Amino acid sequence: MDVFLQQLINGLTLGCVYAVVALGYTMVYGIIQLINFAHGEVVMIGAMVAFSVIVALNGSGVPPPLIVALGVLAAIPICMAVGYSVEKVAYRPLRNAPRLAPLITAIGVSIILQHVALLIWGRNYISFPQIIPNETYHLTSSATSATITNIQIAIIVLSIAMMVGLVLLVYKTRIGIAMRAVSQRPDVAGLMGISSNNVISFTFVIGAGLGAIAGVMIGSYYGIAHYQMGFMLGLKAFCAAVLGGIGNLAGAVLGGILIGLIEAFGAGYMGDLTNVCTLDKFLPGFTALCEANNNMAVFGSSYKDVFAFIVLILVLVFRPQGLLGERVADRA
Amino acid sequence: MVRSYLPASIRHHPATLWVGVALIAISLIALPFALSMVGMAWVRITNLAILFALLALGLNIVVGFAGLLDLGYIAFYAVGAYVYALLASPHFGIHLPFWVILPIGALFACFFGVLLGSPTLKLRGDYLAIVTLGFGEIIRIFMNNLSEPWNITNGPKGITTIDSIKFLGLDFGTTSRFGDFALPGLIKYYYLLLFILMVVIIVNLRLQNSRVGRAWEAIREDELAARAMGINTTNMKLLAFAMGASFGGVAGGVFASIQSFISPESFTLTESVMILAMVVLGGMGNVWGVVLGAILLSFVPEILRYTVEPAQKALFGKQLIEAEVLRMLLFGLAMVVMMLYRPAGLLPSAVRQRELSRSES
Repeated sequence: MDVFLQQLINGLTLGCVYAVVALGYTMVYGIIQLINFAHGEVVMIGAMVAFSVIVALNGSGVPPPLIVALGVLAAIPICMAVGYSVEKVAYRPLRNAPRLAPLITAIGVSIILQHVALLIWGRNYISFPQIIPNETYHLTSSATSATITNIQIAIIVLSIAMMVGLVLLVYKTRIGIAMRAVSQRPDVAGLMGISSNNVISFTFVIGAGLGAIAGVMIGSYYGIAHYQMGFMLGLKAFCAAVLGGIGNLAGAVLGGILIGLIEAFGAGYMGDLTNVCTLDKFLPGFTALCEANNNMAVFGSSYKDVFAFIVLILVLVFRPQGLLGERVADRA
Repeated sequence: MVRSYLPASIRHHPATLWVGVALIAISLIALPFALSMVGMAWVRITNLAILFALLALGLNIVVGFAGLLDLGYIAFYAVGAYVYALLASPHFGIHLPFWVILPIGALFACFFGVLLGSPTLKLRGDYLAIVTLGFGEIIRIFMNNLSEPWNITNGPKGITTIDSIKFLGLDFGTTSRFGDFALPGLIKYYYLLLFILMVVIIVNLRLQNSRVGRAWEAIREDELAARAMGINTTNMKLLAFAMGASFGGVAGGVFASIQSFISPESFTLTESVMILAMVVLGGMGNVWGVVLGAILLSFVPEILRYTVEPAQKALFGKQLIEAEVLRMLLFGLAMVVMMLYRPAGLLPSAVRQRELSRSES
């Protein structure tokens, strides 16, 4: 039970980060039907910039929570600038080109951003200084029970706040109305006096801002950052967006949390479930093997990166529009 | 047959044509000997360039002919390479001849292509891009981890002492001697690769103008219209994907035998991106363009390696940018700049150019 609860908490934390990143994908997709491959890289840059600020200010007498806040505040505008420029340079000129063209520039931009980050921050894993002491709280009075850390609480609370903020932005403000209008019919939105270029830029900027925060969250959660960290994260967040129904904000959140949970439970239980030693009642041949080595897991936790991808394939086979999506996915 | 693919100016002068063909043939035959005078490393680089040309031609079927974006093409190459390595190395103690393994590798790669393509190809192209991107990583995770509890891939350590190709009594792994004339293994591989490349080029050219090739072109330009013309678009796309995959599988097998060592490190996203950059740079859909792109992008990084690092040391006293990083920046830039300014590539295919310069409403 404790393992279950622990994986639930871990999965929820991770899921919140995926959800925030997935929102970036789904917003852009909702408005111009483009997979912004570079989004994962924006998240990575967010983590890296925050890291640099934290390292620079660490030990300067500034209180640690303020340092982290400054790191986030530095990461957001830089990521927004990156998101804005990527859209302007690589996607906007190709908006009316065949679909393949922006996808190729997207992957090209993503490679460029990765290697620029490599030039600035180096090839090695860099560790986030743990300037806010990691406090662990037990959920029950038992000393072996599941735990939650202050960082996990901060991630969950911050993510929920951002999601609520984004929903308010999209459904309650003028620019939100404009975004929804452009996503439905850009040309008609233009006739209504909406500058669709500005709205699209705004969408990229907001998505990148969310990505920056997500980058800081994932960096401080795992304690490390790497110039390639955005790739897998982006891939999983994309899976989350598809699972929830791409283009749908609530879907991205739901998908993100589900992917986080699937990954956590997968990593926690896959090893035991596929341990052939538990089958020795049925397959006597393994008994001898298991006497030597009790852990004969066919798929251990090293396969955790595979789960999101399997979910993606299953969704595409059985429910291509996603859990909450209404769009017909089959558009040429 | 070949004649119809040549420019009209040459086609109408058969004498020029044959002189040209003879000159090209002689220079291609002499090339490895000239290169080996500079250094055997350059023969190896040339071999890898041809291998990349094979891969780029395989990817061109998917991206160029059918207009589907495959971002994990290296996975099929990896499947082919691992099939070869497992069936011709002391790892399992199996030593099958290459002409048995290469088709098996192609079949395996094809199987994975169909497995991956069938759920995604019914949907719009973006999904294929992301699914293949993921698949490329997943295959690597499996290769890294399928060493426990049963050792299939030997994990990150990779598989060593893979058999070289043996053919007509010649062992491609060692130097053969004919009297005073020594023929190093790498040069034998060069001729083998050149032969395979020519076969693949001819297959590609024939494919392009076949019924299937025209169906792909129709799908690429307007899927809805293609379907209205009675083309089974899903099956045709699946066929393109499977064919591309099997080409990759064959190339992978040859790669394993040349290197005699493979590990998951050889099959990263970097390689997939590199092959895509070759196709994009040369000209999607144009066989000669793709070969040109592959050769350019295989040699330029090597030249960079030999020039940029010494140049930086001379100018700044230390190395600021590694050639490896510069190479990746170059690939990324090639893709962005080409798509923005010359979307049909250096050597555009006529149809593709028309299509890419037309704006879709």
